[in-house]
Amino acid sequence: MMRRFSSHRLFWPFAALVLLLAVNAVFNPGFWQLQWRDGHLYGSVIDILNRAAPLALVAIGMTLVIATRGIDISVGAVVAISAAVAALMIGGELVVKDGVQTHVTRYPMSVAILTALVVAALCGLWNGLLVAKVGMQPIIATLILMVAGRGIAQLLTGGQIITVYYAPFFFLGNGFLLGLPFAVFIAAVVWATVHLLLTRTALGLFIQSIGINPAASRVAGVRERLIIVCVYVFCGVAAGVAGLVISSNVKSADGNNAGVLMELDAILAVTLGGTALTGGRFSLAGSVLGALIIQTLTSTIYSIGVPPEVNMVVKAAVVFAVMLLQSPEFRSAVRGLVVRPVPGAAR
Amino acid sequence: MTPSVVLEARGLTRRFTGVLALSGVDFRLLAGEVHALMGQNGAGKSTLIKVLTGVYPADAGELRLNGAAIHPESAADAQRLGISTVYQEVNLCPNLSVAENVFAGRYPRLGASGLWRIDWARMERDARALLARLNLDIDVSRLLSSYPVAVQQMVAIARALSVDAKVLILDEPTSSLDEHEVARLFDVLRQLRGEGMAILFVTHFLAQTYAIADRITVLRNGERVGEYLPAELPRAALITAMVGRELSAAAGRNVHTQETAGADVLEARGIGRRGQLSPLDVTLRRGEVVGVGGLLGSGRTELARLLFGLDRIDSGELVMDGVPVRFDAPSQAIRHGLAMCPEERKHDGIVAELSVRENIALALQARMGLWNFLTPARQQAIAERFVRMLGIKTADLETPVALLSGGNQQKVVLARWLATEPRLMILDEPTRGIDVAAKQEIMNEILGLAREGLAVLFISSEMDEVVRVADRIVVLRDRRKVGELPGDSSEQAVYHLIASDA
Repeated sequence: MMRRFSSHRLFWPFAALVLLLAVNAVFNPGFWQLQWRDGHLYGSVIDILNRAAPLALVAIGMTLVIATRGIDISVGAVVAISAAVAALMIGGELVVKDGVQTHVTRYPMSVAILTALVVAALCGLWNGLLVAKVGMQPIIATLILMVAGRGIAQLLTGGQIITVYYAPFFFLGNGFLLGLPFAVFIAAVVWATVHLLLTRTALGLFIQSIGINPAASRVAGVRERLIIVCVYVFCGVAAGVAGLVISSNVKSADGNNAGVLMELDAILAVTLGGTALTGGRFSLAGSVLGALIIQTLTSTIYSIGVPPEVNMVVKAAVVFAVMLLQSPEFRSAVRGLVVRPVPGAAR
Repeated sequence: MTPSVVLEARGLTRRFTGVLALSGVDFRLLAGEVHALMGQNGAGKSTLIKVLTGVYPADAGELRLNGAAIHPESAADAQRLGISTVYQEVNLCPNLSVAENVFAGRYPRLGASGLWRIDWARMERDARALLARLNLDIDVSRLLSSYPVAVQQMVAIARALSVDAKVLILDEPTSSLDEHEVARLFDVLRQLRGEGMAILFVTHFLAQTYAIADRITVLRNGERVGEYLPAELPRAALITAMVGRELSAAAGRNVHTQETAGADVLEARGIGRRGQLSPLDVTLRRGEVVGVGGLLGSGRTELARLLFGLDRIDSGELVMDGVPVRFDAPSQAIRHGLAMCPEERKHDGIVAELSVRENIALALQARMGLWNFLTPARQQAIAERFVRMLGIKTADLETPVALLSGGNQQKVVLARWLATEPRLMILDEPTRGIDVAAKQEIMNEILGLAREGLAVLFISSEMDEVVRVADRIVVLRDRRKVGELPGDSSEQAVYHLIASDA
């Protein structure tokens, strides 16, 4: 029975998450406490879920890109661009009209959000065309937008932090629905949509087949270039949604710092979730687990009072340990040290 | 005056893990001659070249250069002795300039001790002079990658000449050149020959051999068949020497009738692609197996790739059901009912880590599109049917296809295409690298399908196989069609046509 659990591909990421949560509970007795206030749930766990949502969104997009043998290191910049576009178009101010306080936006919020997502999709399209049509290596192709996109975001914000004064926009990153943070619902809906696409259409088969053997997929009639372009577009949109959630959460857009190094966290989340960077077989749920591990780890480091100057080192050490746990070679090597091999049972 | 022997090998023997790649081969190369080395795949041509250039040591035998015994230990060592090689794939650095490529590793330096900075002016001047010797006037400071392959080939030759070579070895230098470029290369070779250089030239193109070679050595199965003068060796005799079979003995024996041939499925009118295939006509009909006869490099695979949309045709047109069609990608060809088992099974055929079920469903799913999803249950039903029909030996349908034997992998690829119910099946070396029993099963399956109305284009390097199964044989040579033969022709007839002057 135990063997069946431990052979599941998500066992080790799941174990790592449980372990991290247990460490939290030991250092912080109030960790699991949930409070019901004003119709909302409050607590450390809820907080982690809320903060992990943007990273989970980006990691979902990244998973599909990595499954096609690609990588997208421009997602952090796309987060910043999307946040800047939304913040600029909404802006907003509090106007007192006839003695009533009303929020006024520069453009309607729906238009602003739609524009931000369209811009994010265009970013993805650019990446996808460079990879699939021009034939550039994905890391180089997306490096262009990683650098240039950050510049575009800074240009849009004029190097300043743009504050948003329009309360309805704050709901994306701070609102609650059915007692849970709204951002969690956004991530869940995106995950569910992608999951359905992968299991109810041929998308999953095509993406895996392209990731494992692009030449054979092409010969078999899979339109591999089109699918690769679409995957990058989706990755851009996912990063765009994450940018909206983040800027809503902090009620502003910061072209310099929004989404910085997020591409690396997203790649890390995908890897922690058991998807190999060489493409092919992938796990969407694993990437979400990976995002939760990273956010839990960050929260843990703060809550157990690790000095800020060493927290990157602690993070690196934990990530290294989780990666080792996931490696069958490492596990069997360790097992060989502690368990006497059964004669004749060599595998 | 008799020309002197520059390079001489006696009794060269080389084994690879017990297999004799070269067995007591004698070989001589004279000054001022172009010497063609001919043989089928696996005849030992590459091994011989690698032993001559010091890449592999010989297990037995001796090498003499201008009468003195030599033992080159590496390609660099051989080059110092005056034996330069230009390999099939141009192995230069595309990101360096032409001049840098010519002198890579031997940059001229300023100062008497050679420790000062690189003498760029001298390097470019010398490179220009070397290329001028090859009738090539180009800007040597530009990147190599900015020039076409033919020029890169010349640069590779210039590099080989820059070390005062006495022997120049060219390993299939013309395989990526078009006719015009080949003619230019031959001008250069004639000029070098006139200067007394000994040139060893490996090619699969018969016409080129007769156009340039002064002497021909034929290898077969690691042994030297003989050394000939082209004038004394008709093409048919050359092919016999290479193939090594008593051609007259191998009688054609068709196993099915030709009456089944029906309406045209695909008509190719003058299709071709520059540098790959000269324009040719082919018609494929319902229920007919069209075999493609030709030696390696004759354009067989190129024809298959053009028909299936893997490469774009740049002349001629394809007609299906009286309507011109255009295939820019395999997906378009598949929509018109084409299917193809590619030559390189591992690279272009199987998707190794996917299961047998997914591999079989892949092409059908690709044709049905993204949204029209074959559920795993339906995939399983389809896969089960073909596993039973073709007798695919696999533990179960979820086994990764990489774990199957070569023959069973090939059957999975075949099943993938049969699932799409194609009108035309292109088979490029469908029986390569699989055992005899599986080979027979696959051939029987193909013939059975043809009887049911499938049009088949059958490509194989085993001529007896082509002759046995084909209703009609399209014969290719040097990337052009030289004729068509009826299905009951003998192997000899095919070889005669290949050997004849078109």
